[in-house]
Amino acid sequence: MPVKVASEWLNSCSGCEVAILNLGETLLAVLPQLEFVHIPVLMDHKYFGQKGDGDLHHLEIPKAVVGLISGSIRTQEHLEVAQAMRESCDLIVALGTCATHGGIPSLINLYEYGDLMERYYRTSETTDPHPNPGDQALPPILDRTYALDEKIKVDIRLQGCPPHPDLIGEAIVALLEGREPKLPMRSVCDSCPTIREGKGKLKKLQRFTHNAHYDPAKPISEMHCLLEQGFQCLGPVTRMGCAGLNGEAPQCIRARVPCQGCYGPVKTEGNQLLDYLNALASNRIDINSLADRATLLEFSGAHGRLQRNKAAGR
Amino acid sequence: MAQTQTIETPADTAFAHGAGNGKRVINIQPITRIEGHARIAIQLDEAGNVADTRLNVVALRGFEKFIEGRPAEEVPRIVNRICGICPWMHHTASNKAVDGCFGAEVPPAGKKLRELMLVMAQINDKILHFFFLAAPDFVLGAGADYAVRNVLGVVQAAPELAAQVVKMRQAGQMMIEKFAGKVIHPVVVVPGGFAKPMTEAERQELLEKSREQLEFAKFCIKWAKENVFANLDDATIRLGEVTTGFLGTVDPRDGSLNFFEGMLRLMKPDGSYKDFSHVDYADYLGEHVEDWSYSKMPYARAWGEGFSMDLGAPKGIYRVNTLARLNVCDKISTPLAQAELEEFRNRFGRPAQSTMLYHWARLIELVYACEKVLELLSDPEITDPLVRNPVEPKAGRGVGCVEAPRGTLIHDYSTDDNGLITRANIIVGTTHNVAPMNMSIRQAADSVIKNGEVSEEALNKVEMAVRCYDP
Repeated sequence: MPVKVASEWLNSCSGCEVAILNLGETLLAVLPQLEFVHIPVLMDHKYFGQKGDGDLHHLEIPKAVVGLISGSIRTQEHLEVAQAMRESCDLIVALGTCATHGGIPSLINLYEYGDLMERYYRTSETTDPHPNPGDQALPPILDRTYALDEKIKVDIRLQGCPPHPDLIGEAIVALLEGREPKLPMRSVCDSCPTIREGKGKLKKLQRFTHNAHYDPAKPISEMHCLLEQGFQCLGPVTRMGCAGLNGEAPQCIRARVPCQGCYGPVKTEGNQLLDYLNALASNRIDINSLADRATLLEFSGAHGRLQRNKAAGR
Repeated sequence: MAQTQTIETPADTAFAHGAGNGKRVINIQPITRIEGHARIAIQLDEAGNVADTRLNVVALRGFEKFIEGRPAEEVPRIVNRICGICPWMHHTASNKAVDGCFGAEVPPAGKKLRELMLVMAQINDKILHFFFLAAPDFVLGAGADYAVRNVLGVVQAAPELAAQVVKMRQAGQMMIEKFAGKVIHPVVVVPGGFAKPMTEAERQELLEKSREQLEFAKFCIKWAKENVFANLDDATIRLGEVTTGFLGTVDPRDGSLNFFEGMLRLMKPDGSYKDFSHVDYADYLGEHVEDWSYSKMPYARAWGEGFSMDLGAPKGIYRVNTLARLNVCDKISTPLAQAELEEFRNRFGRPAQSTMLYHWARLIELVYACEKVLELLSDPEITDPLVRNPVEPKAGRGVGCVEAPRGTLIHDYSTDDNGLITRANIIVGTTHNVAPMNMSIRQAADSVIKNGEVSEEALNKVEMAVRCYDP
């Protein structure tokens, strides 16, 4: 019997869904063991009946064993869909950093709703000024962006923006085999082969306004650590996983760019900003050399981490 | 009747359309096999014919607001999260805007690598949309059971084709990932250029794989012409047809199609056009707001006729994306795609208005993209080690523009003395098509819903009109 799967995307970009497709032939191999009952990006199951005449108060998602949810919760509709998924699915997988920690869209938690609306609908260069769209057809926007587990119970968390296909594949196979997925839990630095010389020399961070120092003809393992080169690399405070499960280097590092922190904190409940400030301070690196502290929480701004009254000191 | 309003907890998702007048409303929710979040409401009159339709875009994340205060050099890897399907487009347009703010000059090889990545990403996007999202309607039929009318149904119905498609799309993604590190939400394009040069070995490997991609693109368009486009009946060809203007980017030297840079060309429905620099976009384009959509509706402000989605007398409405680009360009610079364009134009004229032709145009662009990648990789200068000039954060303004798969993409930023963003205005490809999609929905609904009879097939046909735009 194939395992029934329902999938939803909330306040999201569809990158997690593309990551699932990037499983490629692995996906084709596991497909016969999966039965998708609801997945809006690929399949035409509707919330209120296939003829659009169902009960509008009962959002219908078919029963499934596994429910994959990407995206954070930003509107009343997201909230209702998340709750309907919870009711219909035995296991909920929070897919991606938006679902687990708010992701990039949680940066909006720094701003007042009114300021967003004012900019968007009245002061933008191209927009003909108009009151905020408020028709009943539109789901109200919540006071802030929430991670999934702030609103519904979550069983499995798959961090990453997006999660590497290897991690998604491992989660699917583990679920099919009825075991806990084996996901890497340490920091990006633990998967990074660059050369680290140790503490002491660096006094402050510089912005990434010029390229790192390295020989492009040589492998990553012969490049000097980007944090030690003085760039704001979030590897120490970010969950590993972007390197996949086959011994690659972290993805940003492969581009010779510092880690952006997109897998969220190393420990699920960690705080990338505080952890980073601690790491800098303990290495005697001037924390005032950071260009913008809010960017350290740009992937994990839910759970009250980014707030309007705490807005970005710099 | 008492006019009372109640707020239910959790909130009401009824989204009553024309609430209170007792008319029947059909909800298509969510719109499926698209990349965004939206619903369609079709309101019927007492006789059961279409009285009104609306496309409600139900999401608003607020990127333009929350990038304020961020260091500009960080923004190109924030805004790529606008879209997980076309992150390369946002990443590139954003970097161009930051270049403008900082007054950066990009070295030639940096520019070539940026263009290469953008065009490679276009290839994967077109395969994804045509085969995974659109094809089920044609391979399995618009009226097939929804449980099989999807890519999994295509896998069952045409396993060899599906395996080839899955393999080639993934190969395309891995080509980018191997060179550029991260393929979904890229980081390798940076203000001032590109973060790493291309080695000769990398160029050779990509060249070899790109030749396979071109062969696959040739197969795709031949397959689609024989198996999809040849079988379209007149009613399907006319599904969602509206008469509009068009916007796209052309090379200023010869008016040829260009995804990466050039002049914007705004064409009126009669085929006359005006070319302008993307920096002046706000002089030509405006954005209209309706109460019932979080998405704005761009229109051609420069035409001076205002905004109306009236099917019989639209005002200010233009379209973007594949069909628009093929309508506005004078030619395509690569030979195979040019031959396809000539065949297309001989048959459908210029500008072609049939919405269903977006699919055909998409596959012509697939051929172009594969040819263009080979051309870019054949230029040995692409391996020049100078790929980035250092930039200096400072106050300025920059407008970055590229052609995303879904249309003209504009990022417009200002920065303060520290190089932090003070103001941003972004017009995303799909947004230009929101008003035209509303019109196509109305046209399609009118053509398939009569006298109160609403079938699943009819509703799927309304969605097929939307899917042409790949929103």
